[in-house]
Amino acid sequence: MKPVAIIGAGPAGIRAAQTLVAHGVYPILLDEAARGGGQIYRQQPANFKRSPAKLYGFEAHKASALHQTFDALREQLDYRPDTLVWNAEAGLLDTLHEGRVARVEYASVIVATGATDRILPAPGWTLPGVYSLGAAQIALKFQGCAIGERVVFAGSGPLLYLVAYQYARAGAKVLAVLDSSPLSAQARALPGLLAQPATLAKGLYYRAWLTSHGIAVHQGASLSRIDGERRVQSLKWRNAKGEQALDCDAVAFAHGLRSETQLADLLGCEFSWSHLNRAWLPQRDPAGRSSVPGVYLAGDGAGIMGADAAEIAGERAALALLEDLGYLVDPQRCAQLEQSLERIGRFRQGLERAFVLPTDWAAHAADDLMICRCEEVSAGEIRQVVGEGHWEINRVKAHCRVGMGRCQGRMCGAAAAEIIASESGRPVGEIGRMRAQAPVKPLPFGLEIEP
Amino acid sequence: MALLTRLAEGDRPALDFTLDGKPAIGLLGDTLLTAVLTCSEHLRGSDFSAEPRAGFCLMGACQDCWVRLGDGRRVRACSTLLEAGQQVIREPGRQL
Repeated sequence: MKPVAIIGAGPAGIRAAQTLVAHGVYPILLDEAARGGGQIYRQQPANFKRSPAKLYGFEAHKASALHQTFDALREQLDYRPDTLVWNAEAGLLDTLHEGRVARVEYASVIVATGATDRILPAPGWTLPGVYSLGAAQIALKFQGCAIGERVVFAGSGPLLYLVAYQYARAGAKVLAVLDSSPLSAQARALPGLLAQPATLAKGLYYRAWLTSHGIAVHQGASLSRIDGERRVQSLKWRNAKGEQALDCDAVAFAHGLRSETQLADLLGCEFSWSHLNRAWLPQRDPAGRSSVPGVYLAGDGAGIMGADAAEIAGERAALALLEDLGYLVDPQRCAQLEQSLERIGRFRQGLERAFVLPTDWAAHAADDLMICRCEEVSAGEIRQVVGEGHWEINRVKAHCRVGMGRCQGRMCGAAAAEIIASESGRPVGEIGRMRAQAPVKPLPFGLEIEP
Repeated sequence: MALLTRLAEGDRPALDFTLDGKPAIGLLGDTLLTAVLTCSEHLRGSDFSAEPRAGFCLMGACQDCWVRLGDGRRVRACSTLLEAGQQVIREPGRQL
């Protein structure tokens, strides 16, 4: 019989694997990383010595529990680390491991591909010393490094305060936190955020800690530009009071997260527009079933809900898969998990209100702002194509190559959509969805094919 | 000058490598990105303006941190661990 496959060994993938194993299934778990945990609970290299408390702070117990669960499962599944799934179609996954390609046949698959930062660029964002918020966190967590000596954090989303706090705690000089969300938005969001008081409290704690340690936190503040000769030397930011300059040697920024949906797309899943995520997401029922029989979705790759929800959704999707294969599963457990997901969903709505995406970003983007960093396509070049009558994002991509570079739109897709929508006068949900293509990441030449 | 600053985990064995033919030192457990950017300021030149780039996402998504190795392979510096004796070559990029 063909095996069950899981793509991604983050919180969703690990809990899915645990659930399958508990029911006597021997799944294949494919993960691009060398060690399990995903990005949020990414493990440092084996010879590093910092404690979980140092690495994961308040989330240390969750991270350790997940890593321990995973370690205990190792003999009971076919775990394939350092393995990229670069193509997916009905019943088949194409993988790359140490320069060798192979095909994995599957009966059912759980797609738990996670997320990356959502980026709305500012002039100068390709300078050395500018990183995404997630990158800044990985540098510290995974490598014990700061992205510079005098760091500014900008954008919005829960990661903003968390990473600034982690940097300051680790001894980095944090010059300022520039939160693009106005305080009024965060006050309005409070009812939704109260659905998860502990998470809300942590967010407030990080901010209070920063201010009490003399680190400037500005709300309603946006990054105007980053300047420097071959690396970051200064930046300009503005708020209601006007524009200000700041000397620094590193900047980390992002506006929340975006789902990695390429494999769900290649598997033929139906997508729909999510107002909450301001993105196209693969459709799923409350249990995690996609529109394609045998394909299940869990975690941030199917819609941003955070690590706690990912663990729950991973288990729920695995139970749905088991149920569909004829296994007996506990219906009460299923209902419980769905209720928890619903509760976190309400909190997510609060978060989106608290950390609003600056919807006027596109209107303020200058023509010479580089949107696509792979192919160096500017806002003006995108606007020119829209001016020629194109508004569908895949057509615009065909004309000016935005989103056609090596990252396949992961870094520029959200921004390109905002520019096209603004310029064509359409809602961003009505300019089409940038399609995924295999290979979902670049493959080296000279691949060996597994016999 | 370095781009990245080491804050922790400094007591690891040193690994010698070469950066554009010149001797350099990293630590066991460093990614190529960490090893190169703790002793210099960039990883590659861009394909269209030859402007310096130093990676961006550090999680294998942005594809902006490629470097060339002595054996001809082109690898993502953020997700490749440094090995002793490696020859790391930074490509200058191209201009239109």
